[in-house]
Amino acid sequence: MKKIKGRLLMTAAEIDLVLARIAAEIVEKLGPRDEFAIIGIRRRGVPLAQRLCQKIEATLKRPIPLGILDITLYRDDLTTISNRPMLRETLIDFDINDLSLVLVDDVLYTGRTIRAALDGLVDLGRPKRVQLAVLIDRGNRELPIQADYVGKHVETAEDETVEVRLTEEDQEERVVLLKRPQPSPAAEE
Amino acid sequence: MASLSHKDLLSIEQLSVEEINLILDTAEALREVSDRPVKKVPALRGKTVINLFFEPSTRTRSSFELAEKRLSADILNFSASTSSVSKGETLLDTAHNLEAMAPDIIVIRHESAGASHLLGRECRSSVVNAGDGMHEHPTQALLDGLTVRTVKGRLEGLKIAIIGDIAHSRVARSDTLLFHKMGADVWICGPPTLIPWDFDKLGARITGHIEEAIEGSDVVMMLRIQHERQNEAFIPSTREYYNIYGLTRERMRLAKKDTIVMHPGPMNRGVEIDSDVADADYSVILNQVANGVATRMAVLYLLSGNAGLKVKRSSR
Repeated sequence: MKKIKGRLLMTAAEIDLVLARIAAEIVEKLGPRDEFAIIGIRRRGVPLAQRLCQKIEATLKRPIPLGILDITLYRDDLTTISNRPMLRETLIDFDINDLSLVLVDDVLYTGRTIRAALDGLVDLGRPKRVQLAVLIDRGNRELPIQADYVGKHVETAEDETVEVRLTEEDQEERVVLLKRPQPSPAAEE
Repeated sequence: MASLSHKDLLSIEQLSVEEINLILDTAEALREVSDRPVKKVPALRGKTVINLFFEPSTRTRSSFELAEKRLSADILNFSASTSSVSKGETLLDTAHNLEAMAPDIIVIRHESAGASHLLGRECRSSVVNAGDGMHEHPTQALLDGLTVRTVKGRLEGLKIAIIGDIAHSRVARSDTLLFHKMGADVWICGPPTLIPWDFDKLGARITGHIEEAIEGSDVVMMLRIQHERQNEAFIPSTREYYNIYGLTRERMRLAKKDTIVMHPGPMNRGVEIDSDVADADYSVILNQVANGVATRMAVLYLLSGNAGLKVKRSSR
């Protein structure tokens, strides 16, 4: 096996177990009664949302709408950074009005991505409720935001990076805690 | 990180293939905003955009205005008839006065080639060329590129015929530059009096026969006769022009089966294009209009962080 720098937080098998648990929690909380949909936040929230969706559909035996949200246009740092972040399409082809939504992202950190995502959703309609599912909650919040479903809580310092690698995006699967922040913005974008 | 390395968008000439693809990809992502119930995103909130139109324009100006509004920018509109230009102010003075209002982006259309370049040199703000004389109209070419790419899936290797008043058309110049850069086979066609013969230097093939231009083409782009830019007779009559260069159903049979017809507007039905061609299934003229808003949103979004970038200021 390839040597991995940093502390290994989750293996591929653990990621799968955790997603199965979150899927079960979503079914339990929102239940068979509620009309709900899963929304993945680009980029790594998308494959996680797809996997959750599959697991939930297998349990409930009915299709669950799946959407993709790009939060770039809603970022709060657009006026201060000079490089424009790459835009990708938001793909939500169903009506979110009066629907329960589960937002899915890989890492919950400052909470700013989720703030932007909530603004993005409000522009698309008025959902009945919005919940949040994340693979890793690494603390250090800068906004009063919390997740409803958490894969794993990790104590981190600000000079550390949680790197989530998923097969669909990165051709490998694991979560690692790195000491020095990587120049690549991939893990926290 | 995706970014344009320019402060201004003045021409297609200045753009690399990667930058053109970046703008088209961004425009594609932004198209969805116009399909929403709330057609507004906050990306340019707090930014000020000045629309400076020295030439009459409905389509381009409203397209820019809509793009700016959908990005939540604050807008100021100046047109030549209501501004100090009609009171004798020079473009440079106008530019410096506008600059003093600290806009982030200035969109300019002017009857003189190079007007936007002058503004770009003098101003800290980003400048977008919305058409300068007979020179360039880059956002039109970009939206045309997006329209073709959306329908055909690519630009490379397509035969694209641009037919009509090439000499007076900034759209023809920008389109030729863009499609050639992206690897398409560009043909231009029109009456000899309306063809600038140096267009082969831009990478286009030139023909006087509309049949040769249309034959086997993937895209047929028609341009109107720009009477307002002509001070002499370039064509004997519009009737004769229609007979020799008008796009008819019969002539369209020469093109590929899955060809598309484009027109940047305004259209003169019965002169350069037949009504039944303009309204046919293969006409994507209205897609062009819709793509115009998304393309301009993309340009504004990508430039919005670049004000003050690499400015060479002349001494004042």
